Amino acid sequence: MTKLETFLDALERSQTPDDIQSSVEALRDSYGISNAVYHAVNLDGSPYAALTYSQDWLDHYQEQKYVRVDPVVRGAFQHFHPQDWKRLDWSNRGSREFLGEAIGAGIGNQGLSIPIRGPNGQFALFTVNDDASDAEWGQFIKECQRDMMLISHFIHKQVVGIVCPEGERDLPKLSPREIDTLKYLSLGLSRGQISDKLKISEHTLRVYIDSARHKLGALNTIHAVATAFSRGLISY
Amino acid sequence: MIKYIYADAMDAFPKLKETMFKDRAWQFKERLGWDVNVDETGYESDEYDEINPLYVIFELPDGSHGGSMRILPTTGQTMVNDHFLDLTDGVQISSPLIWECTRFCLSPNAGKLAGKAASALMLAGCELGVRFGLENSVGVFDARMVHIYRRIGWAPEILGTSGKGKDAVSVGLWEINEESKQQICAKSGIAPEEAEAWFDASFPVDDSFDAMVA
Repeated sequence: MTKLETFLDALERSQTPDDIQSSVEALRDSYGISNAVYHAVNLDGSPYAALTYSQDWLDHYQEQKYVRVDPVVRGAFQHFHPQDWKRLDWSNRGSREFLGEAIGAGIGNQGLSIPIRGPNGQFALFTVNDDASDAEWGQFIKECQRDMMLISHFIHKQVVGIVCPEGERDLPKLSPREIDTLKYLSLGLSRGQISDKLKISEHTLRVYIDSARHKLGALNTIHAVATAFSRGLISY
Repeated sequence: MIKYIYADAMDAFPKLKETMFKDRAWQFKERLGWDVNVDETGYESDEYDEINPLYVIFELPDGSHGGSMRILPTTGQTMVNDHFLDLTDGVQISSPLIWECTRFCLSPNAGKLAGKAASALMLAGCELGVRFGLENSVGVFDARMVHIYRRIGWAPEILGTSGKGKDAVSVGLWEINEESKQQICAKSGIAPEEAEAWFDASFPVDDSFDAMVA
């Protein structure tokens, strides 16, 4: 299994906030980075976090109200692209002082923060950071940014599933086409056979499957089929 | 010259802003006859311009708009999912690795730079996707674009089409990868380094960050 699959596999089995915390720690270790942080501003009325920062740094951040000068927070609130820390605006003196404190506290000198938006105005942020040279970090972005984008999306789905009451969740609406696709997959048809039946290319079929998978918060095709069954979205 | 500008930063570029929204009115209302809203200042905009999209803009030498397109993540509200489900078999395309590209527009003032603008915009879209780790882009376009995309060297896979002839509107899916980028570069004669420089100029590395962490 790839690092991504191993992580997603463990995440899928997470049932409690402690399990999510363990997944985030395992993610930090398997990708060999200093920290990984998932933080939602408001889930069912409260903030939620699973992270590897020290308690001292968190307390200090709170005390100093760094949220007001932290360019990561501002950048991710306004914009949807992954935020490479060094491409944010650090020109403000307060931001630079904050950065100095952060580095002093052992937060890495490189970071990537991915904004996540859910329905009902949910906003969350997933961050990874590390001590690395520009070249090493560039390599990490190239190889792992896509994994991080998927991971951010899936952690959020999993956390919402644990924390939020059913009404607050983004209950997926699958189209008849997606339902047919999942049904054929559950019957053991190959992708070639399914794309023939639906008269679409295999590439389009892949996008439909991925789309259904992401909506169901399912980590692979088998899990998507199982989830669709358990929610009564497909039946024989 | 390409610039990537979020809607919330457009006021810093008044000439680009004015000419882009007016050129969009010309293209979508007058030329294509689409049912779009044009306000009293002559700007064409819709609800997706209100949710802080990212614009990719080709700037003419005089600082005015030569062409543009509009980017939104498909995990949020998109035009394809809200209005064109009939063209995707009802499938809502929603993935952290797919962004939507709409309102591809070329200015009537682009003149002999129109071809360059079209290629540069597509290359810039591809570069954006490569740099942010995306897999696909999904978009809505009119019939005449099919042949422009092919000529640029980056044709979408068409998921569905409604209407006939020059009134046809399609939803298509582009594959984002290094090969697509090389292909557009080869056909357009724009060097890949130029596309990389557009991105780096719009998402610049802040020197004060580098100085702090050194």
